[in-house]
Amino acid sequence: MTKITVNLITGRTIQQGVSMEAGKEKEDYMKSCGIIELDAVDIAKLGIWKNSNVRVTSDFGSVVVKAIEATQGPHPGLAWIPMGPWANMVIDTNTYSTGMPTFKGTPVTVEPAEKEIVLSSIDLVLNACKE
Amino acid sequence: MTQLVTDIICPFCGTLCDDIEVEVSDDGKKIIKVTNACAIGAEKFLHAQSPDRIVRPRMKQEDGSWKEVTYDEAAKYTAKILCDAKKPLMYGWSSTSCEAQATGHMIAELVGGVVDNTATVCHGPSLIAVHDVGIPSCTLGEVKNRADRVIFWGCNPAHAHPRHMSRYSIFSRGYFTTKGSKSRKIIVVDPRPTDTASVADYHIQIQQGRDYELIDALRVALQEGPLPETVAGVPKEKIYDIARLLKSGRFVTIFFGMGVTHSLGKNHNIDIAIALTSDLNKYTKAAIIPMRGHYNVTGSGQVLGWQFGFPFCVDLSRGFARYNPGESSANDLLMRGEVDANFVIGSDPGSHFPFKSVKVINELPSVCIDPHMTPTVAVSKCHVPVALVGIEVGGSCYRMDNVPIESRKVVDPPAGMLTDGEFLELVLTEVQRIKGVAA
Repeated sequence: MTKITVNLITGRTIQQGVSMEAGKEKEDYMKSCGIIELDAVDIAKLGIWKNSNVRVTSDFGSVVVKAIEATQGPHPGLAWIPMGPWANMVIDTNTYSTGMPTFKGTPVTVEPAEKEIVLSSIDLVLNACKE
Repeated sequence: MTQLVTDIICPFCGTLCDDIEVEVSDDGKKIIKVTNACAIGAEKFLHAQSPDRIVRPRMKQEDGSWKEVTYDEAAKYTAKILCDAKKPLMYGWSSTSCEAQATGHMIAELVGGVVDNTATVCHGPSLIAVHDVGIPSCTLGEVKNRADRVIFWGCNPAHAHPRHMSRYSIFSRGYFTTKGSKSRKIIVVDPRPTDTASVADYHIQIQQGRDYELIDALRVALQEGPLPETVAGVPKEKIYDIARLLKSGRFVTIFFGMGVTHSLGKNHNIDIAIALTSDLNKYTKAAIIPMRGHYNVTGSGQVLGWQFGFPFCVDLSRGFARYNPGESSANDLLMRGEVDANFVIGSDPGSHFPFKSVKVINELPSVCIDPHMTPTVAVSKCHVPVALVGIEVGGSCYRMDNVPIESRKVVDPPAGMLTDGEFLELVLTEVQRIKGVAA
């Protein structure tokens, strides 16, 4: 199965902000933040349809999110997951004695996961706590 | 008849817009329409009216279900877990008023807790940099009236601070910037061509994580010194052009965000950005301002500063204030298993901390004070919903440029609901009783 390696960064989007204020337990929050924005070139390399689910894995964890084409691109080799529990399953936890985890610049692999589902924020966190 | 409440402060981001207008029902209980706010701010006001809002405290049962309790019972549980713990973490504080923060800090002193705010995952490295090299700064009013060269470095206000550009930094017409955006040159430095970059005069698509190199190169370029062909993926001609553009301005303002604080280099990226600002003051006037996120994260740093001398991650467990980011900061404490109770107010670490930290919270005795259902609530043992500061109760807040602004009450909270400050007073009284301390 095709697998690509990209550099992951996270941060705010206006959809993340609006859906967060509307309720983090709601579906809109999952639809706004349970995504990965990939460059068109990287989607082609991965050989998937846009808007299909992928598994994102780093040295720090793994999460299933929906792959969409970058809304603020192009930026080949760079991937974006809006800030939220989905991004935080895979970001670099090291703080290097500053208190700040390294939320930007985590190498991740992305692979197709069409048969897996994107969990809601609450289910994602609670299920992972049981593991 | 509906009433129009004007000059409302928006309790979403550090821009603290103070021109929001809210139409409320004639009995003053229901918000009907919000104007002037951005999409996120408007949603925050409207969600306060959500019919599925949780209005009473609740405790998690063995089977994971919730059982409703009274505010008194919740306060007793909170006081007990804080008093029983050797080193409780008291985290958040950025979405509540300075008055509530001050009450919370009294509790932290009595129980020997660690008080950390959301700067720890936001502008903590900026605060460390300010300790190292100081900061030449200004107010947003000065930016609006004077700034003719504006840099957004590693920030995307079009998404994170939606009205910042129209009120202060790009489109607003000020005393010396009478032509609005035509009075200014806007530069955006970001590895992505963001929506903010699309309204800028120059977008520098830097290689992610190479901020230090590019800022250093700009410092060299200010003096027309030698540069390699490219720095951080940017051709040297462009770096010289930007340096000349900045020197030719009357007032330069650098706004910076998570792009620099979250990337490797962290506080050192900001050290050198402040040094660049100092250098620019040899040629023109220049200032630098962090783009603060929560509406009162700046206030939390201020209150901690007055009371304990440090702006975040203050460790009171030894009976006096210690501060050592990397040791006394929330994520380091959680991931190293160094705290034995977790208290959250005005923030959502369940969503915004690395999962490794969230898993630890799930295992600790814990309380979450939050008006809404969040992943932090889901991993906490006790959930205390409260009135929303800036919507249902007033209180002092600090804007991102350290200007204090008094937020205002718009509507009543749901019947019987306490504010952050009132609940913390209940906890404080109970802690004083357990510790045998006079009120």
